[in-house]
Amino acid sequence: MKSLILIMIGSALINNVVLNQFLGICSFLGVSKQMKASASLGAAVIFVLTLASAATSLIYDHLLSPLDLDFMKTIVFILVIAALVQIVEMFLKKKSPAVYRALGIYLPLITTNCAVLGVALTNVQDGYNFVESVVSGFGTAIGYTLAIVLLASIRSRINEDDIPAPLRGAPIVLITAALMSLAFMGFSGLSF
Amino acid sequence: MQIILISTLSLVALGVLVGAALVFAGKKFRVETDERVSRIRECLPGNNCGACGYAGCDAMADAIVKGEAPVNGCPVGGNQAAVQIAAIMGVEAGSVERKVAFVRCKGSCEYTRNQGNYIGIQDCRSAALSGLVITDCTYGCMGMGSCVTVCPEKAIRVENGVAVVDRRLCVGCGLCAKACPRGLIELVPASAHVAVQCSNRDKGPLVKKVCQAGCIGCSLCVRQCQSDAVTVENNLARIDYSKCVQCGACAEKCPVKVITPPVAPAEGDTGKAG
Repeated sequence: MKSLILIMIGSALINNVVLNQFLGICSFLGVSKQMKASASLGAAVIFVLTLASAATSLIYDHLLSPLDLDFMKTIVFILVIAALVQIVEMFLKKKSPAVYRALGIYLPLITTNCAVLGVALTNVQDGYNFVESVVSGFGTAIGYTLAIVLLASIRSRINEDDIPAPLRGAPIVLITAALMSLAFMGFSGLSF
Repeated sequence: MQIILISTLSLVALGVLVGAALVFAGKKFRVETDERVSRIRECLPGNNCGACGYAGCDAMADAIVKGEAPVNGCPVGGNQAAVQIAAIMGVEAGSVERKVAFVRCKGSCEYTRNQGNYIGIQDCRSAALSGLVITDCTYGCMGMGSCVTVCPEKAIRVENGVAVVDRRLCVGCGLCAKACPRGLIELVPASAHVAVQCSNRDKGPLVKKVCQAGCIGCSLCVRQCQSDAVTVENNLARIDYSKCVQCGACAEKCPVKVITPPVAPAEGDTGKAG
C-alpha cells in the first residue's frame, strides 16, 4: 500500500508529466486559455490515462512479454490505446450522453497525446505490475490536470495585466510555464 | 526469421481483433441521430461564434431540425447557408442580407485628442468602468481594442486611435458591438457603404470643440437625400438602410465629410473613409 501511495505522489508531483518530463506540452499550452476547457481536458486525460495504463499493462504482461516481443510495445500501444478510446467513446455516447458531452472533443483529441503513450511506456520501463500501472497512470493524469488548471488560472490573470507588447501572447505563456516547471522541480527534493 | 513472422502475425492478429471490436462496438452502441443534423451542420460556417443565440454551430443545427430556430437564423452564413438549409428542411428560406460591423467614429489622432495618458488595463471596458474621461469626445472610440480582442475573425484593428473593421474578413457576428462600452459598433448591410462615422449627440459647436471630424447635425444631408433615408436625431445624422439607395449625395454634401462615400476606398473594403 505504501509503495502505491509513493507511486501516486511520484507520478503526480515529483515526475510531473508536463512540468518535469515535458510530455503533452502541446495541449498544455493550447487548451489552457480557459479554465473550463482545461478542466474538461484534465478530466478526459484522467479518464483516458487510467484506462490506457490498465489496458497496456495487461497487453504487455500477457501478450508481448511471453512472446518476447518487447520491441513492438510502441506500435502495439498506439494501436490499443486508439482503439480503446474509440470504443469507450461509442459506449459513453450511447450509455451516458452527459459524460460524453462533458468530455466532448477532448476525449478523441487526447488519444494522440504523447503523454498517454509516454506513461504507458514508462510503466513498462519501470516494471510496474497491473495495479501499480493503473495507479501510476491515474497519478500522472492528476499531475497533468493540476498543471493545466494552474496554468489556465494564471493565464486568466495574465490576460488582465499590462504586459510589454513583445511578450504578449505565446511568449508570456512559455515564460509562465517555465517558471511553473522550475517550481515543480522543487518537488524532486522530496524523499521517502 | 521466426521473430519477424511472430511479430508480423501478432500485429496483424491484433489489428484484426481491434478492428472487429470497433465494428462490433459501432453496431452495438449505435446512436440514432437525425441525419439532417449533420447535413445542416455542414452548411453552417462552423466558426461557433454564437451570434445565432445558440452555443455554437452544432447546437444551432440541432435547434433547426427541432424547429426551434429559423432556417435563416445564421447571420454569418447568410443567404447561401439559409437556402441550403431550407432545401434540407424542405421549407422556403426567407432572405438574410449579410451584415458587417461598422464603427461609428472617425476620431483618429488627427481629428481629436485624448485628455491625458491613461495608464491601466489596456481594455476599453475596464477604462470605461474606471469612470475617467479618456478621450476628449465622450462618445468616441477609445482605441484600446476591446472589439479587437473579442473578434473571432481578427477583422478589427485599431488604426491611429480608432477601430477599423475589415469588411472582407468580418462575418457579422456582432460580438464587437456587444463588447464596445460606448456602443459605437453597429451591424450594417454589407452592401451599405454610405454610413455616418460619428456617434456624438452633442450640439454642433460642442462637437467642433472636441473633434474635427464629428457630425455637427447641420442637416445638409437630410435635404440632399432623395429617398428620405437620412434623418438627424439628437444632433446626429442617421441612415435608414431600408430606404437608402447608396447614391452618396449626402456624403458629397457633408461639410465635415463624416459620411463615408458609396464606393469603398481604393485600399479595399475597409469601411474607413479615405
